[in-house]
Amino acid sequence: MKRQTLIKAEEIFFRVIMFMSSMIIAATLFLIIFSIFYKGLPSLSWDMVSQTPKGGFYFGKEGGILNAIVGSIYLAGGSTLLALVIGLPLALFINIHLVSKKKLVNAIRFFLDLLWGIPSIVYGAFGFTLMIYLGLKTSLLAGIITVTLFILPIMVRAMDEVIKTIPIGLLEASYSLGSTKSETAYRIFFKQTIPGMVTAILLSFGRAIGDAASVLFTTGYTDHMPTSLTQPTATLPLAIFFQLSVPIKEVQNRAYASAAILVFIILIISILSRIFARKFQKNQIK
Amino acid sequence: MQPDTKIEVKNLNLFIGKQHILKNVNVSIPSNKITVIMGPSGCGKTTLLKSLNRLTDLYPEMKVTGMILIDGEDVFHPIEDITLIRQKMGLLSQRPYPLPMNIQKNVAYGLRISGRKRHRGIEKRVERYLKMVGLWDEVKDRLKDPASDLSIGQQQRLCLARGLAVDPQIILADEPTSALDPLSSQIIEQKFMELKDHYTIVVVTHILRQAKRIADNIIFMYLGEVIEQGPAEEVLNNPKEEKTKAYLKGGLY
Repeated sequence: MKRQTLIKAEEIFFRVIMFMSSMIIAATLFLIIFSIFYKGLPSLSWDMVSQTPKGGFYFGKEGGILNAIVGSIYLAGGSTLLALVIGLPLALFINIHLVSKKKLVNAIRFFLDLLWGIPSIVYGAFGFTLMIYLGLKTSLLAGIITVTLFILPIMVRAMDEVIKTIPIGLLEASYSLGSTKSETAYRIFFKQTIPGMVTAILLSFGRAIGDAASVLFTTGYTDHMPTSLTQPTATLPLAIFFQLSVPIKEVQNRAYASAAILVFIILIISILSRIFARKFQKNQIK
Repeated sequence: MQPDTKIEVKNLNLFIGKQHILKNVNVSIPSNKITVIMGPSGCGKTTLLKSLNRLTDLYPEMKVTGMILIDGEDVFHPIEDITLIRQKMGLLSQRPYPLPMNIQKNVAYGLRISGRKRHRGIEKRVERYLKMVGLWDEVKDRLKDPASDLSIGQQQRLCLARGLAVDPQIILADEPTSALDPLSSQIIEQKFMELKDHYTIVVVTHILRQAKRIADNIIFMYLGEVIEQGPAEEVLNNPKEEKTKAYLKGGLY
């Protein structure tokens, strides 16, 4: 075969592969959303999002999952906020204060990656032990602590990857102006990376609101609205799980409706934060 | 130290691993003059410049010995905080790095750092520094636009204005025109000529013609060593060392 034809064949081969990969991803996303909404929409009613479960809800009687919606937002919001308070300084610290200690930074990154890889059920079990040690009962607070530990490595590494892309020239420029390390971190690096930071926060929020295993033992479940940090709290993933495991068609369809609500919340948060991030993008130095 | 010496480098050695990057460098840089550090690529010019305000801290692989005295104070063992010493020096790098904020805030950042950001009259001060670098007329209607919207040449002048707003005594410039078009380069050179009455300027360049145009004082480096230094006319017209002669003829790379 001539070289020309070979090159052409190679080009076509890789193009087909790339096209198919993109299609698989797009189709998966589409199918998930389609099946959730197809099965869930008929059961989605105003009651679903405005009522707490009434007696016999899990046998197909009246009520909704407002308790789980509110609980999930509290849990995911609280733990994302807590993770941000701990994670942002850490991500900036390893990239600015420790910039000249490469080995230490690499070790920290390695441990964070390990933590990232640990399944959420293990965090759940660890959170449970921690709870007993601290004398906490299953509660929103225990859930927030556990989920924070679970999403912290995700958030820090996602931020870390964004901060790493900042050219060293900007660091030099900041230092040569006489900025301290903290000024460089919070006044310059943070501003430069806001869009990426938003993505990191979003990623963590998505994991926090969607995870069932870590909240199973720690947050517990209740049919009541969450009223305090020390009470057990319902969450959407567990609401889906409990409804789906009931062998009644109606209740199972409600599980899909709950999933649709979960997807919808994530969608809203995504769009809002993109809009927010775009406002800051214009000042970014390319 | 002579009275008009601003920066004195004594027995400076710098290693990266086993590589000897700066070899026993001794130079003195006079105040209120333009000192050009010239030499072929990779001779250690930029490294020497970055040592002056201790940006070498950012590169853990660099090991430094020796002394750099600025107004008699050792940069590597400062009595005061290194950030205060860095504020004595503005840096222009090869590529401009404006801060991720709007044009006005870029200059105001410099004012704030030097502790002169009082809310009243900040616009006036920003205006003054932008005029000093000849950027005011180009940006006065869009001070709130992001600095990244400016052309590279304008960004470099903005960085100069930001550096001047810190109120330094020394301007360090690392091939400040290498990324710029001829016209912007000319403006930067012209600004240096205007500024030298009030500042000590150190420019690294590999462009011989630029050195001839602006230098009062020349330091010629080759492979990490200072070969020759002195007033520009002497070094350019009457070089003592063979290597300097060869470089000036264009035969040494």
